[in-house]
Amino acid sequence: MNALRDAVAPLLFVGFLLAVWETACRLNHVPEYFLPPPSAIAAALAANLGILASSGGRTLAMAMEALAAAALFGGGLALIVTLSRTLEQAIRPLATALQVTPVVAIAPLVVIWMGVDHPDRAIIVLAAIVAFFPIFSGTVRGLTSVDPDLERLFDLYGARPVQRLFRLRLPSALPFVIEGAKVASGLSIIGAVVAEFVAGSGGAQGLAWRILEAGNRLQTAKMFAAIMTLALMAAGVHLMFQFLEQRGLKWWRGR
Amino acid sequence: MTSIASLNSVEVDYPARGRALGPFSINLASGEIVALVGPSGCGKSTALRLLAGLESPTRGEVQRTAARGETAVVFQAATLAPWMSASANVALPLELAGVNRTESRARARAALARVGLAGAEAARPAQLSGGMAMRASLARALVTEPKILLLDEPFAALDEITRRALADDVLTLWTETRPAIVFVTHNVEEAVYMASRVVVMTGAPGRSAGETSIEGPVPRPDGFRTTALFRDAVEAVSANLGRGMAAAA
Repeated sequence: MNALRDAVAPLLFVGFLLAVWETACRLNHVPEYFLPPPSAIAAALAANLGILASSGGRTLAMAMEALAAAALFGGGLALIVTLSRTLEQAIRPLATALQVTPVVAIAPLVVIWMGVDHPDRAIIVLAAIVAFFPIFSGTVRGLTSVDPDLERLFDLYGARPVQRLFRLRLPSALPFVIEGAKVASGLSIIGAVVAEFVAGSGGAQGLAWRILEAGNRLQTAKMFAAIMTLALMAAGVHLMFQFLEQRGLKWWRGR
Repeated sequence: MTSIASLNSVEVDYPARGRALGPFSINLASGEIVALVGPSGCGKSTALRLLAGLESPTRGEVQRTAARGETAVVFQAATLAPWMSASANVALPLELAGVNRTESRARARAALARVGLAGAEAARPAQLSGGMAMRASLARALVTEPKILLLDEPFAALDEITRRALADDVLTLWTETRPAIVFVTHNVEEAVYMASRVVVMTGAPGRSAGETSIEGPVPRPDGFRTTALFRDAVEAVSANLGRGMAAAA
């Protein structure tokens, strides 16, 4: 009963807000270009479903490619960095600087480097830069937070460096890596959308471009429909990674 | 009796803490059970790590005749890898030493059976109770049939009934292969119950504050805790401990 109430309550609340929104727009004769009523947004969504879905697919694909690249470079660099303390000291400030620099600020540069004809490449690189840090720092933290007594045990039995890496440090790091990947998955979508805005061309045909395009034509209902698609997609990715995290941790811990 | 490990006037200084141990000497004969008792922070665990060869002293000398794989340590926590099953955890020392997987798993199963954990091979550490996890940890220490077994307050996190049962189990297991055991604790009665020799250490930096030998059969017979022998030994150790604390203060 409680579970049912918990599930229904947010739906009812959203329904209530939509009803207020719809009524207010109709009663006050708000122009549709300024604030379309939910019914107009639904109509725009239905009319553009195909193009929004394919644009969403493009954005999602770019974000996931960026995530894969970030995992490869972030995880790899973390592995190299933890081999020596000096190396970590040397690289960490640079990695942090990269993380705190807003992606919009470096986007124009990356667009130039990747070639103005290939906005999709620039978008993937930029989204990967955004997704890089949580994976890098999660992996570094995981690799360096091994139980010191387990470490002593490996010393005691004379473990070789390879054994220590594969049988102790990598498995110890796994929960941190999964956590980092979850955070990075959300950031990669944000990064892809921001990069698409900055690239500002239709070449990549992602969701952000649909928002820009509809905005330029004052098709506000379509803008809302694109934003909704984006929100749903990001929520879907978040839920999927949360599910993967739970399953991964369950497998790791055995319960 | 031949010496299997000894610390000769060792001192250990830590950069941030200063002197942690010493000068401290102890000689461990093969097959004997020695308890190290002392207040918290007196360097008991440091002494144990020196005996294990996991650390080097700042000054003094450590002698160890045990080869690699002949020394085993049980820590205060069970220190099992959570991502591995109980049998994989126990097999780990063998696999690190290059024993093939089939043989090491079979020996791990046998070791688990010896500590009363037959049937729990596939369980993960998170599924084991505190006492069971400590038994698995003990099985991992015994699987290599060590000549020195170093126990660093292994029962500190367990309830009284479990720790008494484990103390008896350790003594029974000792009769099978007779490793030399060094047992660190701050519980005087536990030390007297387990050991044939109790070395008391002073407060930090730990030095020897006296030594008490305990006669009597091992494993301990029922009711050993009520005998005059046991009570007298506890009194003697407690007196040493009191002197040690006073000397450090």
